[in-house]
Amino acid sequence: MVKYFCNNTDIKSAWDHVVTAFWQRYPNPFSTHVLTEDVVYREVTADNRLFSRRLLMKTNRLPRWAERFFPGGMSRSVYIIEDSIVDPVNRSLTTYTWNLNHTTLMSVEERCVFKDSVEQPATTQLKREAWISSSIYGFSKPIQEFGLARFKSNQVKAMKGLEYALSNLQGETPQRLLRDTVKDASEKAKEAAKTLASAAAVPQKPQQYV
Amino acid sequence: MNSVGEACTDLKREYDQCFNRWFAEKFLKGDRSGDPCTETFRRYQRCVQKAIKEKDIPVDGVDFMGPNKDKPES
Repeated sequence: MVKYFCNNTDIKSAWDHVVTAFWQRYPNPFSTHVLTEDVVYREVTADNRLFSRRLLMKTNRLPRWAERFFPGGMSRSVYIIEDSIVDPVNRSLTTYTWNLNHTTLMSVEERCVFKDSVEQPATTQLKREAWISSSIYGFSKPIQEFGLARFKSNQVKAMKGLEYALSNLQGETPQRLLRDTVKDASEKAKEAAKTLASAAAVPQKPQQYV
Repeated sequence: MNSVGEACTDLKREYDQCFNRWFAEKFLKGDRSGDPCTETFRRYQRCVQKAIKEKDIPVDGVDFMGPNKDKPES
């Protein structure tokens, strides 16, 4: 028995920016549960599409009642694979994400497709689908419900994280296309404060923290 | 952002910087003039693949877009 979820959203940024920001969304203020991020495979195919695989490690925050399903020695971290295909000609980004471990407890698979909005210029439409299932005997329904609720809340964080990355991108000059980490951003804020304190102050763009 | 291999974080960040520049300035613009990040990617991969094995992370043999194959077309 699998819970299926689907929704469509519009992101008010052009597809090129969204796809560029996609690689730069970690870390962000909404992703403290994401501990590590690694590209473990990448290839440009003969038809010029970009295939990538990212490995993410996330903390696994569970409600108390679900913790009983975790035998003592089991890892608290969840490993997640995110496979993606960027097609710059057809202007689509398709991602497929699923957890590698803790799958008996809960398996969450998510597919996202990012394309240019048909109706609005400089807008990207995102179609997001998820399949959530649990194999724990007798508890699969509440676990699936919990999984779905957590998925939706993670969705909101993921969108905020992507928007954070987008606002960092779009505020920058071409040389500064590369996103700083959150720590570097606070270093810059300190520098900006010092500069403003001195006589020859140059107006700084305020850091955008949501 | 940290790598799953603690020793690999610097290599990862170096590669990410190279990739992000190449992605926005070349790849998305249809410029196929070659990948400036091959060397830094190789160094990073040597490190992270070793960490993955050491930590027994079950990535090996997982088909690209594997579970997607049994899903209906988007």
